[in-house]
Amino acid sequence: MSTETGNRPETAEIPKAVSGPSSYLDERIGAGNFIRRNMRKVFPDHWSFLLGEIALYSFIILLLTGTFLTLWFKPSMGHVIYDGPYAPLRGVMMSEAYASSLHISFEVRGGLLIRQIHHWAALLFVAGMMAHMLRVFFTGAYRKPRELNWIIGVLLLTLALAEGLTGYSLPDDLLSGAGLRITQGVAISLPLVGTYVSFFLFGGEYPGEDVISRFYTLHVLLIPGILVALVTAHMVLMWVQKHSQQPGKGRTNMNVVGGPFFPSFALKAGSYFLFTFAILAGLGTFAQINPIWLFGPYTPADISAGSQPDFYMGFLEGSLRIMPAWEINVLGYTLPMSVIIPALLPLGLVMTGLALYPFIEQWVTGDRSEHHVVDRPRNNPHRTSIGMSAITFYGLLWLLGANDELAANFHISLFAITRFGQIAIIVGPILAYIITYRMCLGLQRKDAEVIGHGVESGVIKRLPHGEFIEVHVPPAEDIEAHMRGKTPIPALPDGSDEKGIPPKGMRGPLGRLRGRMSRTYGGEKIPMDQPHGDDHGAHEEIGEHEEHAAVGATGEGRSLDR
Amino acid sequence: MTRITARRRHPLARYAVLLLALALLGVGYAAFSPKSQSADAAIASGKVDDVKAGEELFKSHCLSCHGPEARGTADGPTLVGVGAAAVDFQMSSGRMPATTVGAQVPRKPLPAWVTQKKIDQIAAYVQSLGGGPTVPSKDQVDPAKGDPAKGGELFRANCISCHNWAGAGGALTQGKYAPNLNSSSPAQIYEAMITGPQAMPVFNDSTITPQQKRDMIAYIVSVREQTDPGGFGLGRIGPVTEGLVAWIVGIGGLVLAAIWITAKRRQAND
Ligand code: HEC
Ligand code: HEC
Ligand code: HEM
Repeated sequence: MSTETGNRPETAEIPKAVSGPSSYLDERIGAGNFIRRNMRKVFPDHWSFLLGEIALYSFIILLLTGTFLTLWFKPSMGHVIYDGPYAPLRGVMMSEAYASSLHISFEVRGGLLIRQIHHWAALLFVAGMMAHMLRVFFTGAYRKPRELNWIIGVLLLTLALAEGLTGYSLPDDLLSGAGLRITQGVAISLPLVGTYVSFFLFGGEYPGEDVISRFYTLHVLLIPGILVALVTAHMVLMWVQKHSQQPGKGRTNMNVVGGPFFPSFALKAGSYFLFTFAILAGLGTFAQINPIWLFGPYTPADISAGSQPDFYMGFLEGSLRIMPAWEINVLGYTLPMSVIIPALLPLGLVMTGLALYPFIEQWVTGDRSEHHVVDRPRNNPHRTSIGMSAITFYGLLWLLGANDELAANFHISLFAITRFGQIAIIVGPILAYIITYRMCLGLQRKDAEVIGHGVESGVIKRLPHGEFIEVHVPPAEDIEAHMRGKTPIPALPDGSDEKGIPPKGMRGPLGRLRGRMSRTYGGEKIPMDQPHGDDHGAHEEIGEHEEHAAVGATGEGRSLDR
Repeated sequence: MTRITARRRHPLARYAVLLLALALLGVGYAAFSPKSQSADAAIASGKVDDVKAGEELFKSHCLSCHGPEARGTADGPTLVGVGAAAVDFQMSSGRMPATTVGAQVPRKPLPAWVTQKKIDQIAAYVQSLGGGPTVPSKDQVDPAKGDPAKGGELFRANCISCHNWAGAGGALTQGKYAPNLNSSSPAQIYEAMITGPQAMPVFNDSTITPQQKRDMIAYIVSVREQTDPGGFGLGRIGPVTEGLVAWIVGIGGLVLAAIWITAKRRQAND
């Protein structure tokens, strides 16, 4: 970049668009240095680092489209008779909330488009968060110092589900009414407090007159407020802690390799926002979502086949559907286990498990050091397997939430699907664990082989005595560096001193369990460099990498010291 | 390598091919799938020669399962008292004569010999055996004469628990299912209500008056003919397909975009 010729070497790199305003501000409030530093913040280049951005941009679009909708939506359960343009409902008694949603869909210019974009964005928001979270999980990016940001993430996800549930209920159509009914069923089945909770939520008997306006306040004010605060905290923490990065050439725990925020990353992020918006606008235009006019207004007496919640609630629906009908009677109270267990157990299991995982892992491995270079999933096989079995658990419940659609569309007996589900929900995650574990070790072995023997070159050589061999060449420099990023998983020291007494904290049954888990979870399963004579000179390359980390002055491949 | 071959090897090429294939399949299916039969039932009449002809047809096509004089066998129930409406419904929708033995006899294309005239003859014969509901008149099932809004309320109150809010169908227990209502003619809808085939309850004229039945027909027909205002209807089965689309199109598309954005520029000397 040729902005300046002479004597300001430290700004010579900075484009005018940044240096201009920053010196303007600098001369007035002395913030130029701050801006300059942050504009050069380095962001790693890997597609999986953009997954979180799907959620971020969907959230922005949700805020904008949602605001549009509030201009016409009436959060009231007062009764009106519909006389709008949708003929099959004309003259039908309905709530004002439902009527105003129809009004937005059919009379407000662009209303249906915005409504559909809002709903698609809600699905993409949660889906993006889940994808992002999986990338953070499987690469171990939640490890110290990022545990706090992980916790914020789990809170964000939980709140997003609540935000989705309240939003879904607002139009007061038949389908969302069915969801509300289930919510109420869960609330009232809580031991001891159930009736009170239900009465509080609905302002009296179900369905009452209050629930829509209460949900409205939650949906447009309280939850989004908390979400904005948490997303901000999430971003600030990420900014301050800097990005983690994939292992690779020149990447260490002490630096970040990638492009600078401005202009490289800002351009990428900007265009990615446009991509997200394009996909959402495209879906909103071409794919119908939540056609409330087909569902009809909610009346507690009507219930439809194929009533389903949005996908992110599907796993709760699934667990309700495969649960056998159990009830426990205690002192004249009936505890409907068939509602409490499926409603609370999977949700609790998934969310608590997510929140605690970084801390449990720390406890097991005894690892208190900072990590800025992430793991490749194969290099921590137990974590990856735990993740995969959780995905299987969640995925199966989600699938079973649609058991009636499966039965109807693929002509399978409903009973058979449910029975399959009851068994699969226990066997599936175990199988997933075993299979994933084997695959991880297999992949590690393959890496070790590539490092040890090189890759097949496709060149066949004939040796003087007539034998044919395929020539192996060392792997490309960047690929090898990526593979060599592997470090052994920390484990607690084996323990016992000379007298065979384990160290403090590892005595007693819990301590012994911890030790055993640590030895299983940690350590090196497949060492990279097995001693084997010919080494194809793989080792010298490492020295070069260190050098590269220090260069990085031009173009894309920059690096900053932490 | 020519330009075309280079393109063909492009990493996105196979997705493009897949998309193209799917699109072709969809167009082909839409072009060749059977259109709804307009089986406007003629009025069942008890004319003597119809009964006679009907008996002959019955003997050759139905007797094996429904037995002599339709008194029933192990393979088929008695038809005494089911009425002409039941015969018209079962035959015009292709259910009868049944060929497969399963949880439920499915709707299928009519065999070549089945014409409306022959259906009427068999219907007249079955009607002569023990009465029962008759085939509705053209006027009784004319959607234009019904009030869809009133019909919609009745439809939601009585039918969607099995047939889904948009008549897209749904699963019942023991491998049975409520079919979608996309290809039922107005007469078949009426007949289904008065005869209650299989697991479906009978909605006789005291539960739902003939006028109300016409309203419901008007609703079902108007909703299924309506072009979805929001774009592709995604099968009108609600959040299940929506969730799939969100993941496949939404997340899938954005992951491709992310890979593309972050891809390293290939150096010329690479
Ligand atoms: C392969 C055996 C088979 C043949 C052939 C057959 N049916 Fe049936 N039919 C059944 C069975 C089984 C049922 C009951 C199950 C059902 O309705 O799906 C039935 C039901 C019916 C019903 C409905 C009865 C009710 O209670 O509503 C009618 C009407 C009927 N058949 C008419 C006919 C006529 C007319 C023919 C000849 C064109 C015919 N069937 C041929 C097996 C048969
Ligand atoms: C208990 C569940 C149930 C309810 C409630 C119900 N149906 Fe059905 N319906 C069925 C089943 C099962 C069949 C399939 C019968 C067969 O294939 O023999 C059916 C078939 C039909 C058909 C024939 C579809 C075709 O393939 O042509 C129509 C039309 C129909 N129903 C209309 C209605 C209407 C209108 C209502 C409301 C008044 C209603 N149903 C209520 C279960 C139900
Ligand atoms: C409102 C929803 C969310 C938004 C908008 C969001 C956005 C982001 C963005 C844009 C980044 C930086 C890019 C990236 O690393 O992908 C990030 C980082 C991070 N997110 Fe999220 N995220 C959300 C939810 C979550 C969830 C559900 C979790 C986990 C439970 C989570 C955990 C993290 C962690 C630990 C980081 C730091 C990762 C690193 O530096 O490598 N976030 N988030």
